[in-house]
Amino acid sequence: MADHEGLSRRDFVRLGLIAAPASLVAACGWDGGPILRPGLASISRGNDWVGEKILLADTRLARQYPPSARSRTMPNYHVASATPTLDDPAAWALSVGGLVRKPMRLTLPMLQALPRVTYTVAHHCVEGWTTVATWTGVPVRAVAALAEPTSDAEYLRFDSFDRDSHGVTYYNGWDVKSAMHPETILAYAFNDRPLMPDHGAPVRLYSPVKLGYKLTKYLTAMTFTRERPGGFWEDQGYPWLGGI
Amino acid sequence: MESPLDSGPGAIARNPVPVEPVSFEPISAEPKPFGSVPESGPLSETVAPQLRRPLVKRHHWIVRLTHWVNAIALTGLIASGLQIYQAFPHFGEKGNVYAVPNPFDAAHFPAWARLGGWLAGGLQWHFALAWPFVISGVLYLGYMIWSGEWRTLLFRPRDVRPAIQMQLYYLRLRREHPAQGKHNALQKGAYTFIIALGAIGALTGFAIYKPVQLWWLTALFGGYELARYWHFVAVWLFVGFIVLHVALVLLVDPASLRAMITGWYRGRFPSHG
Repeated sequence: MADHEGLSRRDFVRLGLIAAPASLVAACGWDGGPILRPGLASISRGNDWVGEKILLADTRLARQYPPSARSRTMPNYHVASATPTLDDPAAWALSVGGLVRKPMRLTLPMLQALPRVTYTVAHHCVEGWTTVATWTGVPVRAVAALAEPTSDAEYLRFDSFDRDSHGVTYYNGWDVKSAMHPETILAYAFNDRPLMPDHGAPVRLYSPVKLGYKLTKYLTAMTFTRERPGGFWEDQGYPWLGGI
Repeated sequence: MESPLDSGPGAIARNPVPVEPVSFEPISAEPKPFGSVPESGPLSETVAPQLRRPLVKRHHWIVRLTHWVNAIALTGLIASGLQIYQAFPHFGEKGNVYAVPNPFDAAHFPAWARLGGWLAGGLQWHFALAWPFVISGVLYLGYMIWSGEWRTLLFRPRDVRPAIQMQLYYLRLRREHPAQGKHNALQKGAYTFIIALGAIGALTGFAIYKPVQLWWLTALFGGYELARYWHFVAVWLFVGFIVLHVALVLLVDPASLRAMITGWYRGRFPSHG
């Protein structure tokens, strides 16, 4: 190198090349723009793969708490402007379908007659807060055992009757591995009482291995698919796996 | 130039790594603003050749590459982290908030300090930038261990006394700059601290990213709530370090900026030992 005198012009150019994009990005509160956004989404999918294939253990159970550790409040949440409720709760039934040998409709008494799981666990919201509560329900894998998904079923889609002001229905796509986790349940009781509308009555999806936005409330259908379903928030950029 | 540290039973003398004899030029007691009388820089062309110090190779390309990758990744991680924090600017359970010291409780950070636009964007940036941050950190640590260069940087008990001498010098309670190797004892302390902080930042991050799967890591930091708190405390330690680090580079040793870019150094401090 011939020009070793001090900080050369070229050094400043190099420094600028490093600093300019960083400061630009930092200055704009940038969501990635049309150029970077697809790249960020691809990396997010890569992180989903790591989360599901490497970090998620099939049978590792979440830490359980005594009922005395329950939080005083559990925030309620839905995308509809008012709490979604059923006109005729007695007419409700969960459709189990898609790539299954035995599609079925399960009423609440039928779900309650299936093997039940109760646990007191920490709920993790993507926002960063937690709450401890007790949930009771039937493991998704027990329902799957009845419906007998075919071998090409790689994902599940959970639909709800919660709709936002644009008429978009809240739904979530799940990997089979997380769905078949022994603690992933169709919950019908919260803190020893029947699930109320503010927490997703009559039945909601619950699991301590996923963030809150993956736990579909106000369930209507559970569908096995070959293609990966998106999700209400996942389609807008939230991590698809949402595994913790 | 004889200082108590050079002749006495000070820590430098006990250093098993031979310190190259270095003659320090007297340093003015007045701090020089950056650019006024450059130690090295574009204006050094005007300095008589006999006063020029030799140009020495100071940083391996792995160190330079990982430094800048880490600098960019960390900047983005902090900015996207503030965006994420914004979604719930408290610690603990919702409605039952932790009693931990937090001057940023309910804080609203300005848009220029945030990256991602909203929570989902912040998360995407954060989890994307975690990759270069961790990979560059591991690559850097691997190089330091493999090359043996960790000896010039790791703060050890014998560095305590020279660190005090160095502090006295900075406080102007001591006239002469203590002898040093590639880094003085205070720098060793700062760099050892920041590397440890990088590891803690990454580990607390994984602890709150997968608190169920990596439950042992989360438990190590006192559970999810506390791990999230330490992750946030790390941010402000990083910010404090960055401010101090950049200020000292520009005020004390601007030639080191070039060394971290090109690898070549023509400054007043030794580059070995």
